[in-house]
Amino acid sequence: MSNLRPDLAAIAAMIRPGTRVLDVGCGDGVLLEHLVQTKGVDGRGIELSQQNVNACVARGLSVMQGDADTDLSEYPSGAFDAVILSNTIQATEQPRLVLEHLLRIGRRTAVSLPNFGYWKVRMALLATGRMPRTKNLDYSWFDTPNIHLCTLSDFLDLTRLCDASVVEAHALNEKGESRAMDTGTLNSGRLGGPNLTAPGAIFLLKKEATQTPAG
Amino acid sequence: MSEAPKFLRPVTAPAADVGHAVTFGPGQPLTLDCGKTLSPFTVAYTTSGTLNAAKSNAVLLCHALTGDQFVASTNPVTGKPGWWTVMVGPGMPIDTDRFFVICANVIGGCMGTTGPAENDPATGKPYGLSFPLVTVRDMVRAQAMLVEHLGISKLLAVVGGSMGGMQALQWAASYPDRVRGVMPIACAARHSAQNIAFHEVGRQAIMADPDWQGGEYQLQGTTPSKGLAVARMAAHITYLSEAALQRKFGRNLQNREALSFQFAPDFQIESYLHHQGASFVDRFDANSYLYITRAMDYFDLAADHDGHLAAAFGTNAPRFCIISFTSDWLFPTAESKSIAHALNAVAANVSFVEIKSDKGHDAFLLDEPEMFGAVRGFLNALGGA
Repeated sequence: MSNLRPDLAAIAAMIRPGTRVLDVGCGDGVLLEHLVQTKGVDGRGIELSQQNVNACVARGLSVMQGDADTDLSEYPSGAFDAVILSNTIQATEQPRLVLEHLLRIGRRTAVSLPNFGYWKVRMALLATGRMPRTKNLDYSWFDTPNIHLCTLSDFLDLTRLCDASVVEAHALNEKGESRAMDTGTLNSGRLGGPNLTAPGAIFLLKKEATQTPAG
Repeated sequence: MSEAPKFLRPVTAPAADVGHAVTFGPGQPLTLDCGKTLSPFTVAYTTSGTLNAAKSNAVLLCHALTGDQFVASTNPVTGKPGWWTVMVGPGMPIDTDRFFVICANVIGGCMGTTGPAENDPATGKPYGLSFPLVTVRDMVRAQAMLVEHLGISKLLAVVGGSMGGMQALQWAASYPDRVRGVMPIACAARHSAQNIAFHEVGRQAIMADPDWQGGEYQLQGTTPSKGLAVARMAAHITYLSEAALQRKFGRNLQNREALSFQFAPDFQIESYLHHQGASFVDRFDANSYLYITRAMDYFDLAADHDGHLAAAFGTNAPRFCIISFTSDWLFPTAESKSIAHALNAVAANVSFVEIKSDKGHDAFLLDEPEMFGAVRGFLNALGGA
Protein backbone atom coordinates (compact mmCIF):
# COMPACT_ATOMS: atom_id res chain seq x y z
CA MET A 1 0.00 0.00 0.00
CA SER A 2 2.95 2.25 0.53
CA ASN A 3 3.76 4.73 -2.21
CA LEU A 4 6.70 6.02 -0.23
CA ARG A 5 9.54 7.38 -2.31
CA PRO A 6 12.22 4.63 -2.54
CA ASP A 7 14.83 6.59 -0.58
CA LEU A 8 12.30 7.23 2.20
CA ALA A 9 11.27 3.58 2.14
CA ALA A 10 14.94 2.67 2.62
CA ILE A 11 15.08 4.92 5.70
CA ALA A 12 11.80 3.48 6.96
CA ALA A 13 13.29 -0.01 6.70
CA MET A 14 15.97 1.05 9.20
CA ILE A 15 13.45 2.06 11.88
CA ARG A 16 12.37 -0.54 14.41
CA PRO A 17 8.67 -0.86 15.27
CA GLY A 18 7.35 0.78 18.41
CA THR A 19 10.34 3.07 18.90
CA ARG A 20 10.50 6.82 19.53
CA VAL A 21 11.46 8.63 16.34
CA LEU A 22 12.32 12.28 15.61
CA ASP A 23 12.24 13.30 11.94
CA VAL A 24 14.25 16.51 11.52
CA GLY A 25 13.13 18.38 8.43
CA CYS A 26 10.10 16.12 8.13
CA GLY A 27 8.57 18.03 5.20
CA ASP A 28 4.86 17.33 4.77
CA GLY A 29 5.14 14.36 7.13
CA VAL A 30 4.81 11.56 4.59
CA LEU A 31 7.63 9.45 6.09
CA LEU A 32 6.60 10.13 9.67
CA GLU A 33 2.99 9.22 8.98
CA HIS A 34 4.15 6.02 7.29
CA LEU A 35 6.24 5.12 10.32
CA VAL A 36 3.39 5.86 12.73
CA GLN A 37 0.87 3.86 10.71
CA THR A 38 2.95 0.85 9.66
CA LYS A 39 5.42 0.56 12.53
CA GLY A 40 3.54 2.05 15.43
CA VAL A 41 6.37 4.41 16.24
CA ASP A 42 5.94 7.35 18.61
CA GLY A 43 6.86 9.93 15.98
CA ARG A 44 7.77 13.62 16.27
CA GLY A 45 8.94 16.09 13.66
CA ILE A 46 10.70 19.40 13.20
CA GLU A 47 9.98 21.39 10.07
CA LEU A 48 10.88 24.89 8.92
CA SER A 49 8.06 25.53 6.47
CA GLN A 50 4.76 26.79 7.85
CA GLN A 51 2.79 25.14 5.07
CA ASN A 52 4.46 21.78 5.71
CA VAL A 53 3.83 22.01 9.46
CA ASN A 54 0.14 22.55 8.76
CA ALA A 55 0.15 19.51 6.47
CA CYS A 56 1.70 17.48 9.29
CA VAL A 57 -0.83 18.73 11.86
CA ALA A 58 -3.62 17.74 9.47
CA ARG A 59 -2.13 14.23 9.33
CA GLY A 60 -2.42 14.08 13.11
CA LEU A 61 1.34 14.28 13.56
CA SER A 62 3.17 16.13 16.33
CA VAL A 63 5.49 18.56 14.62
CA MET A 64 7.36 21.60 15.87
CA GLN A 65 7.88 24.47 13.51
CA GLY A 66 11.55 25.16 13.90
CA ASP A 67 15.04 25.13 12.53
CA ALA A 68 17.52 22.25 12.85
CA ASP A 69 20.34 24.77 13.15
CA THR A 70 18.92 26.46 16.25
CA ASP A 71 16.37 24.19 17.90
CA LEU A 72 18.11 20.84 18.31
CA SER A 73 20.05 22.08 21.33
CA GLU A 74 16.77 22.15 23.26
CA TYR A 75 16.22 18.40 22.97
CA PRO A 76 17.53 16.26 25.82
CA SER A 77 20.21 13.62 25.18
CA GLY A 78 19.02 10.12 24.37
CA ALA A 79 15.41 11.32 24.07
CA PHE A 80 14.76 9.31 20.91
CA ASP A 81 15.56 5.80 19.73
CA ALA A 82 16.12 7.10 16.24
CA VAL A 83 16.57 10.50 14.65
CA ILE A 84 16.09 10.98 10.91
CA LEU A 85 17.69 13.71 8.80
CA SER A 86 16.47 13.11 5.29
CA ASN A 87 18.05 15.08 2.46
CA THR A 88 18.54 18.08 4.75
CA ILE A 89 22.10 18.15 6.11
CA GLN A 90 23.42 19.93 3.01
CA ALA A 91 20.98 22.77 3.67
CA THR A 92 21.99 23.39 7.28
CA GLU A 93 24.27 26.24 8.30
CA GLN A 94 26.37 24.12 10.63
CA PRO A 95 26.31 20.51 9.44
CA ARG A 96 28.83 19.31 12.02
CA LEU A 97 26.93 20.83 14.94
CA VAL A 98 23.65 19.46 13.61
CA LEU A 99 25.11 15.97 13.23
CA GLU A 100 26.58 16.10 16.73
CA HIS A 101 23.16 17.05 18.13
CA LEU A 102 21.48 14.25 16.20
CA LEU A 103 23.96 11.70 17.52
CA ARG A 104 23.37 13.04 21.04
CA ILE A 105 19.56 13.09 20.86
CA GLY A 106 19.07 9.74 19.15
CA ARG A 107 20.58 6.36 19.88
CA ARG A 108 20.62 5.83 16.13
CA THR A 109 20.77 8.54 13.48
CA ALA A 110 19.66 8.00 9.89
CA VAL A 111 21.05 10.55 7.43
CA SER A 112 20.33 10.63 3.71
CA LEU A 113 22.18 13.06 1.47
CA PRO A 114 22.96 13.84 -2.17
CA ASN A 115 26.49 13.00 -3.35
CA PHE A 116 28.43 15.85 -4.94
CA GLY A 117 31.07 13.31 -5.90
CA TYR A 118 28.67 11.50 -8.25
CA TRP A 119 30.27 11.11 -11.66
CA LYS A 120 27.61 13.17 -13.44
CA VAL A 121 28.26 16.06 -11.08
CA ARG A 122 32.00 15.76 -11.62
CA MET A 123 31.52 15.57 -15.40
CA ALA A 124 29.22 18.58 -15.41
CA LEU A 125 31.81 20.69 -13.64
CA LEU A 126 34.60 19.42 -15.85
CA ALA A 127 32.68 19.84 -19.09
CA THR A 128 30.97 23.17 -18.46
CA GLY A 129 33.26 24.85 -15.95
CA ARG A 130 30.17 25.95 -14.10
CA MET A 131 28.51 24.80 -10.89
CA PRO A 132 26.68 21.59 -11.77
CA ARG A 133 22.92 21.36 -11.93
CA THR A 134 21.58 17.82 -11.73
CA LYS A 135 18.23 16.16 -11.30
CA ASN A 136 18.74 15.99 -7.51
CA LEU A 137 20.41 19.38 -7.21
CA ASP A 138 18.52 21.53 -9.66
CA TYR A 139 19.47 25.02 -8.46
CA SER A 140 21.68 27.86 -9.58
CA TRP A 141 24.63 28.42 -7.25
CA PHE A 142 23.23 31.78 -6.13
CA ASP A 143 19.79 30.62 -5.06
CA THR A 144 20.38 27.09 -3.86
CA PRO A 145 19.27 26.16 -0.34
CA ASN A 146 22.03 23.55 -0.43
CA ILE A 147 24.80 25.63 1.06
CA HIS A 148 26.95 22.76 2.35
CA LEU A 149 27.18 20.20 -0.39
CA CYS A 150 29.65 17.37 0.07
CA THR A 151 30.70 14.05 -1.38
CA LEU A 152 29.92 10.76 0.35
CA SER A 153 33.61 10.51 1.30
CA ASP A 154 33.43 13.98 2.84
CA PHE A 155 30.40 12.93 4.85
CA LEU A 156 32.09 9.75 6.01
CA ASP A 157 35.01 11.89 7.23
CA LEU A 158 32.56 14.05 9.19
CA THR A 159 31.00 11.03 10.88
CA ARG A 160 34.47 10.01 12.05
CA LEU A 161 35.14 13.54 13.32
CA CYS A 162 31.93 13.19 15.33
CA ASP A 163 33.00 9.80 16.73
CA ALA A 164 30.17 8.03 14.98
CA SER A 165 30.29 4.59 13.44
CA VAL A 166 28.24 3.30 10.54
CA VAL A 167 25.69 0.67 11.57
CA GLU A 168 24.20 0.30 8.13
CA ALA A 169 24.54 2.15 4.82
CA HIS A 170 22.88 2.07 1.43
CA ALA A 171 23.94 3.64 -1.84
CA LEU A 172 21.02 5.09 -3.81
CA ASN A 173 20.72 5.04 -7.58
CA GLU A 174 18.95 7.66 -9.71
CA LYS A 175 15.59 6.02 -9.09
CA GLY A 176 16.24 6.20 -5.37
CA GLU A 177 16.61 2.42 -5.12
CA SER A 178 19.06 1.34 -2.48
CA ARG A 179 21.93 -1.13 -2.37
CA ALA A 180 23.68 -2.09 0.87
CA MET A 181 27.26 -0.90 1.35
CA ASP A 182 29.87 -2.79 3.35
CA THR A 183 30.04 -1.29 6.83
CA GLY A 184 33.46 -2.85 7.48
CA THR A 185 34.95 -0.84 4.62
CA LEU A 186 33.10 2.31 5.70
CA ASN A 187 34.21 2.00 9.31
CA SER A 188 37.80 1.71 8.16
CA GLY A 189 37.32 5.16 6.67
CA ARG A 190 37.04 4.23 3.00
CA LEU A 191 33.95 4.79 0.92
CA GLY A 192 34.96 3.14 -2.33
CA GLY A 193 32.98 2.99 -5.55
CA PRO A 194 29.68 4.63 -4.48
CA ASN A 195 31.45 7.96 -4.03
CA LEU A 196 31.65 7.98 -7.83
CA THR A 197 28.67 5.84 -8.84
CA ALA A 198 25.87 6.79 -6.42
CA PRO A 199 23.90 10.04 -6.67
CA GLY A 200 23.05 9.71 -2.99
CA ALA A 201 23.26 7.49 0.07
CA ILE A 202 21.72 6.71 3.43
CA PHE A 203 23.76 6.13 6.57
CA LEU A 204 22.57 4.74 9.87
CA LEU A 205 24.97 6.00 12.50
CA LYS A 206 25.59 5.60 16.19
CA LYS A 207 27.79 7.49 18.56
CA GLU A 208 30.85 5.51 19.59
CA ALA A 209 32.31 5.01 23.06
CA THR A 210 30.93 7.54 25.61
CA GLN A 211 28.26 6.12 27.85
CA THR A 212 24.82 5.70 26.31
CA PRO A 213 21.77 5.07 28.45
CA ALA A 214 20.88 1.42 28.89
CA GLY A 215 17.60 -0.06 27.69
CA MET B 1 -31.80 23.67 35.13
CA SER B 2 -31.19 25.71 31.98
CA GLU B 3 -32.45 29.25 32.04
CA ALA B 4 -32.19 32.45 30.06
CA PRO B 5 -29.18 34.55 31.02
CA LYS B 6 -29.62 37.95 32.65
CA PHE B 7 -27.50 40.68 31.13
CA LEU B 8 -26.37 43.88 32.84
CA ARG B 9 -27.17 45.90 29.76
CA PRO B 10 -30.36 45.90 27.76
CA VAL B 11 -30.67 43.61 24.78
CA THR B 12 -30.46 45.75 21.66
CA ALA B 13 -30.80 42.96 19.12
CA PRO B 14 -34.10 41.31 20.07
CA ALA B 15 -33.86 38.78 17.25
CA ALA B 16 -30.51 37.46 18.49
CA ASP B 17 -30.27 34.23 20.41
CA VAL B 18 -29.51 35.07 24.04
CA GLY B 19 -27.97 31.67 24.71
CA HIS B 20 -28.32 29.77 27.96
CA ALA B 21 -27.42 29.99 31.61
CA VAL B 22 -27.11 27.40 34.34
CA THR B 23 -27.15 28.21 38.04
CA PHE B 24 -25.26 25.93 40.38
CA GLY B 25 -27.06 26.02 43.70
CA PRO B 26 -25.86 25.77 47.28
CA GLY B 27 -25.06 22.08 46.84
CA GLN B 28 -22.49 22.86 44.13
CA PRO B 29 -20.31 25.75 45.27
CA LEU B 30 -17.36 26.92 43.21
CA THR B 31 -14.23 26.51 45.30
CA LEU B 32 -11.83 29.32 44.45
CA ASP B 33 -8.04 29.51 44.59
CA CYS B 34 -8.27 32.45 47.01
CA GLY B 35 -9.78 30.08 49.58
CA LYS B 36 -13.34 31.38 49.33
CA THR B 37 -16.30 29.71 47.72
CA LEU B 38 -18.85 31.20 45.39
CA SER B 39 -22.40 29.98 45.80
CA PRO B 40 -24.79 30.11 44.17
CA PHE B 41 -23.26 31.05 40.86
CA THR B 42 -24.42 31.22 37.28
CA VAL B 43 -22.58 30.37 34.07
CA ALA B 44 -23.94 31.91 30.86
CA TYR B 45 -23.03 30.10 27.68
CA THR B 46 -23.91 29.49 24.06
CA THR B 47 -23.79 26.33 22.02
CA SER B 48 -23.88 25.73 18.30
CA GLY B 49 -23.94 22.56 16.30
CA THR B 50 -25.31 19.27 17.55
CA LEU B 51 -23.89 17.00 20.21
CA ASN B 52 -23.59 13.53 18.70
CA ALA B 53 -24.98 10.41 20.35
CA ALA B 54 -21.56 9.38 21.65
CA LYS B 55 -21.07 12.93 23.02
CA SER B 56 -17.62 12.87 21.47
CA ASN B 57 -17.72 15.96 19.25
CA ALA B 58 -17.81 18.76 21.83
CA VAL B 59 -15.34 21.62 21.40
CA LEU B 60 -15.05 24.18 24.20
CA LEU B 61 -13.97 27.65 23.09
CA CYS B 62 -12.49 29.97 25.70
CA HIS B 63 -12.79 33.71 25.26
CA ALA B 64 -10.16 36.39 25.86
CA LEU B 65 -10.14 39.22 28.43
CA THR B 66 -12.95 41.28 26.94
CA GLY B 67 -14.68 38.51 25.00
CA ASP B 68 -17.85 36.70 25.88
CA GLN B 69 -19.90 33.62 25.04
CA PHE B 70 -21.18 35.06 21.75
CA VAL B 71 -18.45 33.50 19.69
CA ALA B 72 -20.24 32.85 16.41
CA SER B 73 -23.72 34.30 16.89
CA THR B 74 -24.91 37.90 17.07
CA ASN B 75 -24.25 39.45 20.46
CA PRO B 76 -27.73 40.36 21.73
CA VAL B 77 -26.42 43.28 23.80
CA THR B 78 -24.18 44.96 21.22
CA GLY B 79 -26.00 43.70 18.16
CA LYS B 80 -22.61 42.95 16.61
CA PRO B 81 -21.47 39.66 15.09
CA GLY B 82 -19.74 37.13 17.34
CA TRP B 83 -16.04 37.66 18.00
CA TRP B 84 -14.80 34.61 16.09
CA THR B 85 -17.11 34.34 13.09
CA VAL B 86 -14.03 33.99 10.86
CA MET B 87 -13.25 30.72 12.68
CA VAL B 88 -16.52 29.19 13.86
CA GLY B 89 -19.60 28.26 11.87
CA PRO B 90 -20.92 25.84 9.27
CA GLY B 91 -18.02 24.76 7.04
CA MET B 92 -15.61 27.00 8.93
CA PRO B 93 -12.34 25.70 10.49
CA ILE B 94 -14.24 24.98 13.71
CA ASP B 95 -17.10 23.48 11.78
CA THR B 96 -20.45 23.62 13.56
CA ASP B 97 -21.80 21.11 11.03
CA ARG B 98 -19.45 18.58 12.64
CA PHE B 99 -18.68 19.85 16.12
CA PHE B 100 -20.80 20.83 19.10
CA VAL B 101 -19.28 24.16 20.07
CA ILE B 102 -19.63 25.48 23.62
CA CYS B 103 -18.51 28.90 24.78
CA ALA B 104 -19.10 30.22 28.31
CA ASN B 105 -18.65 33.67 29.78
CA VAL B 106 -15.88 33.41 32.41
CA ILE B 107 -16.42 33.69 36.14
CA GLY B 108 -15.95 37.36 37.01
CA GLY B 109 -17.35 38.35 33.61
CA CYS B 110 -20.24 40.66 32.90
CA MET B 111 -22.34 38.90 30.26
CA GLY B 112 -24.55 36.76 32.46
CA THR B 113 -21.98 34.72 34.35
CA THR B 114 -21.60 35.65 38.00
CA GLY B 115 -19.22 38.57 38.42
CA PRO B 116 -18.69 41.68 40.53
CA ALA B 117 -21.58 43.58 38.94
CA GLU B 118 -24.11 40.91 39.93
CA ASN B 119 -26.08 41.17 43.14
CA ASP B 120 -24.65 39.28 46.09
CA PRO B 121 -27.60 37.16 47.30
CA ALA B 122 -26.38 37.65 50.88
CA THR B 123 -26.77 41.44 50.73
CA GLY B 124 -29.04 42.07 47.81
CA LYS B 125 -26.50 44.61 46.55
CA PRO B 126 -23.93 44.33 43.78
CA TYR B 127 -20.81 42.44 44.86
CA GLY B 128 -18.44 45.19 43.76
CA LEU B 129 -15.07 44.72 45.42
CA SER B 130 -16.50 42.17 47.85
CA PHE B 131 -16.49 39.72 44.95
CA PRO B 132 -13.69 37.23 45.62
CA LEU B 133 -10.59 37.39 43.41
CA VAL B 134 -10.81 34.72 40.74
CA THR B 135 -8.07 32.97 38.77
CA VAL B 136 -7.83 31.34 35.38
CA ARG B 137 -8.01 28.01 37.22
CA ASP B 138 -11.27 29.11 38.83
CA MET B 139 -12.64 30.01 35.39
CA VAL B 140 -11.73 26.54 34.17
CA ARG B 141 -13.27 24.89 37.24
CA ALA B 142 -16.57 26.60 36.43
CA GLN B 143 -16.29 25.51 32.79
CA ALA B 144 -15.64 21.91 33.88
CA MET B 145 -18.84 22.03 35.96
CA LEU B 146 -20.74 23.34 32.93
CA VAL B 147 -19.32 20.61 30.69
CA GLU B 148 -20.34 18.00 33.25
CA HIS B 149 -23.77 19.59 33.49
CA LEU B 150 -24.08 19.14 29.72
CA GLY B 151 -23.37 15.44 30.18
CA ILE B 152 -20.04 15.49 28.37
CA SER B 153 -17.36 13.36 30.02
CA LYS B 154 -14.62 14.11 27.52
CA LEU B 155 -14.25 17.15 25.27
CA LEU B 156 -12.83 16.66 21.81
CA ALA B 157 -10.87 19.89 22.19
CA VAL B 158 -10.45 23.11 24.12
CA VAL B 159 -9.45 26.05 21.93
CA GLY B 160 -8.71 29.63 22.92
CA GLY B 161 -6.61 32.68 22.19
CA SER B 162 -4.88 35.03 24.64
CA MET B 163 -6.58 34.53 28.04
CA GLY B 164 -8.59 31.81 26.29
CA GLY B 165 -5.29 30.10 25.52
CA MET B 166 -4.37 30.29 29.19
CA GLN B 167 -7.63 28.52 29.96
CA ALA B 168 -6.85 25.86 27.36
CA LEU B 169 -3.46 25.28 29.04
CA GLN B 170 -5.16 25.13 32.42
CA TRP B 171 -7.61 22.54 31.10
CA ALA B 172 -4.67 20.36 30.07
CA ALA B 173 -3.09 20.74 33.49
CA SER B 174 -6.26 20.40 35.60
CA TYR B 175 -8.34 17.93 33.59
CA PRO B 176 -6.01 16.00 31.25
CA ASP B 177 -8.41 13.04 31.17
CA ARG B 178 -11.36 15.16 30.13
CA VAL B 179 -10.03 16.59 26.89
CA ARG B 180 -8.43 14.96 23.85
CA GLY B 181 -6.70 17.98 22.35
CA VAL B 182 -5.93 21.55 23.34
CA MET B 183 -5.07 24.51 21.16
CA PRO B 184 -3.58 27.45 23.04
CA ILE B 185 -3.23 30.36 20.60
CA ALA B 186 -1.22 33.56 21.15
CA CYS B 187 -0.74 32.99 24.87
CA ALA B 188 1.78 32.05 27.52
CA ALA B 189 2.10 29.78 30.53
CA ARG B 190 2.57 32.87 32.67
CA HIS B 191 1.81 36.54 32.46
CA SER B 192 5.05 38.48 31.96
CA ALA B 193 6.16 41.51 33.97
CA GLN B 194 5.46 43.70 30.95
CA ASN B 195 1.94 42.34 30.64
CA ILE B 196 1.24 42.82 34.35
CA ALA B 197 2.55 46.36 33.98
CA PHE B 198 0.10 47.20 31.20
CA HIS B 199 -2.77 45.72 33.18
CA GLU B 200 -1.83 47.78 36.22
CA VAL B 201 -1.92 50.95 34.12
CA GLY B 202 -5.45 50.01 33.07
CA ARG B 203 -6.62 49.26 36.58
CA GLN B 204 -5.14 52.48 37.94
CA ALA B 205 -6.92 54.42 35.19
CA ILE B 206 -10.25 52.91 36.29
CA MET B 207 -9.62 53.44 39.99
CA ALA B 208 -8.46 57.02 39.41
CA ASP B 209 -11.80 57.88 37.85
CA PRO B 210 -13.89 59.66 40.57
CA ASP B 211 -16.95 57.91 39.18
CA TRP B 212 -15.46 54.57 40.16
CA GLN B 213 -16.54 55.45 43.74
CA GLY B 214 -14.29 52.91 45.43
CA GLY B 215 -15.88 50.21 43.31
CA GLU B 216 -19.43 51.07 44.41
CA TYR B 217 -20.36 52.99 41.30
CA GLN B 218 -23.51 50.93 40.77
CA LEU B 219 -24.86 51.95 44.16
CA GLN B 220 -23.87 55.56 43.54
CA GLY B 221 -25.46 55.61 40.10
CA THR B 222 -22.23 56.53 38.32
CA THR B 223 -20.08 54.79 35.68
CA PRO B 224 -16.28 55.15 35.53
CA SER B 225 -16.44 55.48 31.77
CA LYS B 226 -13.38 57.67 31.38
CA GLY B 227 -11.14 55.37 33.40
CA LEU B 228 -12.39 52.26 31.67
CA ALA B 229 -11.97 53.91 28.26
CA VAL B 230 -8.36 54.86 29.05
CA ALA B 231 -7.70 51.29 30.24
CA ARG B 232 -9.08 49.97 26.97
CA MET B 233 -7.09 52.46 24.91
CA ALA B 234 -3.81 51.51 26.58
CA ALA B 235 -4.56 47.80 26.28
CA HIS B 236 -5.63 48.10 22.67
CA ILE B 237 -2.19 49.38 21.67
CA THR B 238 -0.69 46.16 23.03
CA TYR B 239 -2.98 44.08 20.80
CA LEU B 240 -1.58 45.63 17.63
CA SER B 241 1.87 45.86 16.14
CA GLU B 242 3.92 48.90 15.25
CA ALA B 243 3.85 47.79 11.61
CA ALA B 244 0.06 47.40 11.63
CA LEU B 245 -0.45 50.81 13.24
CA GLN B 246 1.87 52.41 10.71
CA ARG B 247 0.16 50.68 7.80
CA LYS B 248 -3.34 51.48 8.98
CA PHE B 249 -2.88 55.01 10.29
CA GLY B 250 0.61 56.33 9.76
CA ARG B 251 0.59 60.03 10.65
CA ASN B 252 -2.70 60.59 8.82
CA LEU B 253 -4.86 63.38 10.15
CA GLN B 254 -8.48 62.85 11.16
CA ASN B 255 -11.03 65.03 9.35
CA ARG B 256 -8.64 67.96 8.97
CA GLU B 257 -6.12 69.32 6.54
CA ALA B 258 -3.56 70.60 9.03
CA LEU B 259 -2.51 70.25 12.65
CA SER B 260 -4.91 72.04 14.99
CA PHE B 261 -2.38 73.22 17.57
CA GLN B 262 -4.83 71.98 20.18
CA PHE B 263 -5.30 68.75 22.12
CA ALA B 264 -8.38 67.52 20.32
CA PRO B 265 -7.54 64.39 18.32
CA ASP B 266 -5.52 65.45 15.27
CA PHE B 267 -4.34 62.03 14.21
CA GLN B 268 -6.39 59.10 12.98
CA ILE B 269 -4.75 56.82 15.52
CA GLU B 270 -6.00 59.05 18.34
CA SER B 271 -9.49 59.06 16.95
CA TYR B 272 -9.36 55.29 16.53
CA LEU B 273 -8.32 54.75 20.14
CA HIS B 274 -11.02 57.12 21.38
CA HIS B 275 -13.57 55.10 19.45
CA GLN B 276 -12.21 51.83 20.88
CA GLY B 277 -12.45 53.23 24.40
CA ALA B 278 -15.92 54.71 23.96
CA SER B 279 -17.48 51.59 22.44
CA PHE B 280 -15.90 49.40 25.11
CA VAL B 281 -17.53 51.18 28.04
CA ASP B 282 -20.93 50.55 26.47
CA ARG B 283 -20.48 46.82 26.78
CA PHE B 284 -18.07 46.12 29.63
CA ASP B 285 -18.16 46.47 33.39
CA ALA B 286 -15.25 48.32 35.02
CA ASN B 287 -14.99 46.03 38.04
CA SER B 288 -15.11 42.98 35.78
CA TYR B 289 -12.13 44.48 33.97
CA LEU B 290 -10.25 44.75 37.26
CA TYR B 291 -11.02 41.16 38.24
CA ILE B 292 -10.27 39.54 34.90
CA THR B 293 -7.00 41.41 34.33
CA ARG B 294 -5.99 40.32 37.84
CA ALA B 295 -6.80 36.70 36.99
CA MET B 296 -4.47 36.93 33.98
CA ASP B 297 -1.72 38.53 36.09
CA TYR B 298 -1.95 35.68 38.59
CA PHE B 299 -1.65 33.04 35.87
CA ASP B 300 1.62 31.12 36.21
CA LEU B 301 1.21 27.45 35.43
CA ALA B 302 4.76 26.55 36.49
CA ALA B 303 4.36 28.26 39.87
CA ASP B 304 1.70 25.71 40.76
CA HIS B 305 4.37 23.02 40.26
CA ASP B 306 7.44 24.40 42.04
CA GLY B 307 8.49 26.39 39.00
CA HIS B 308 8.63 23.38 36.68
CA LEU B 309 6.32 23.93 33.75
CA ALA B 310 6.87 20.36 32.56
CA ALA B 311 5.48 19.10 35.88
CA ALA B 312 2.20 20.87 35.12
CA PHE B 313 1.61 18.35 32.36
CA GLY B 314 1.57 14.68 33.27
CA THR B 315 2.36 11.74 31.04
CA ASN B 316 -1.37 11.57 30.26
CA ALA B 317 -1.35 15.06 28.71
CA PRO B 318 -3.77 15.58 25.81
CA ARG B 319 -2.53 16.35 22.31
CA PHE B 320 -1.38 19.92 21.84
CA CYS B 321 -1.24 22.30 18.94
CA ILE B 322 0.29 25.61 20.00
CA ILE B 323 0.08 28.65 17.73
CA SER B 324 1.92 31.97 17.95
CA PHE B 325 2.23 34.97 15.65
CA THR B 326 5.51 36.58 14.62
CA SER B 327 4.42 40.16 15.39
CA ASP B 328 2.71 39.42 18.72
CA TRP B 329 4.82 41.28 21.28
CA LEU B 330 2.28 40.80 24.09
CA PHE B 331 2.61 37.01 23.96
CA PRO B 332 5.73 36.49 21.85
CA THR B 333 6.65 33.25 20.13
CA ALA B 334 9.30 32.46 22.76
CA GLU B 335 6.51 32.04 25.33
CA SER B 336 4.72 29.50 23.17
CA LYS B 337 7.96 27.69 22.43
CA SER B 338 8.74 27.31 26.11
CA ILE B 339 5.37 25.60 26.56
CA ALA B 340 6.18 23.29 23.67
CA HIS B 341 9.57 22.44 25.18
CA ALA B 342 8.00 21.65 28.54
CA LEU B 343 5.56 19.34 26.79
CA ASN B 344 8.36 17.71 24.83
CA ALA B 345 10.13 17.06 28.11
CA VAL B 346 7.21 14.89 29.25
CA ALA B 347 7.02 13.29 25.78
CA ALA B 348 3.59 14.80 25.14
CA ASN B 349 2.19 14.95 21.62
CA VAL B 350 2.76 18.57 20.76
CA SER B 351 2.79 20.55 17.55
CA PHE B 352 3.94 24.13 17.41
CA VAL B 353 3.12 26.56 14.62
CA GLU B 354 4.44 30.11 14.30
CA ILE B 355 2.38 32.12 11.85
CA LYS B 356 3.88 35.03 9.93
CA SER B 357 1.67 38.05 10.43
CA ASP B 358 2.20 41.76 10.99
CA LYS B 359 -1.14 42.13 12.79
CA GLY B 360 0.19 41.70 16.32
CA HIS B 361 -1.58 39.90 19.14
CA ASP B 362 -5.05 40.43 17.65
CA ALA B 363 -4.04 38.31 14.65
CA PHE B 364 -5.79 35.35 16.31
CA LEU B 365 -9.14 37.12 15.83
CA LEU B 366 -8.47 38.06 12.21
CA ASP B 367 -8.32 36.49 8.79
CA GLU B 368 -5.16 34.36 9.04
CA PRO B 369 -5.49 31.47 6.55
CA GLU B 370 -2.50 29.60 7.99
CA MET B 371 -4.11 29.64 11.43
CA PHE B 372 -7.36 28.37 9.93
CA GLY B 373 -5.41 25.57 8.24
CA ALA B 374 -3.75 24.53 11.49
CA VAL B 375 -7.00 24.62 13.47
CA ARG B 376 -8.95 22.71 10.84
CA GLY B 377 -6.22 20.10 10.46
CA PHE B 378 -5.78 19.59 14.19
CA LEU B 379 -9.50 19.20 14.87
CA ASN B 380 -9.98 16.89 11.90
CA ALA B 381 -7.10 14.69 13.04
CA LEU B 382 -8.55 14.58 16.57
CA GLY B 383 -12.02 13.87 15.25
CA GLY B 384 -10.81 11.04 13.07
CA ALA B 385 -8.63 9.47 15.74
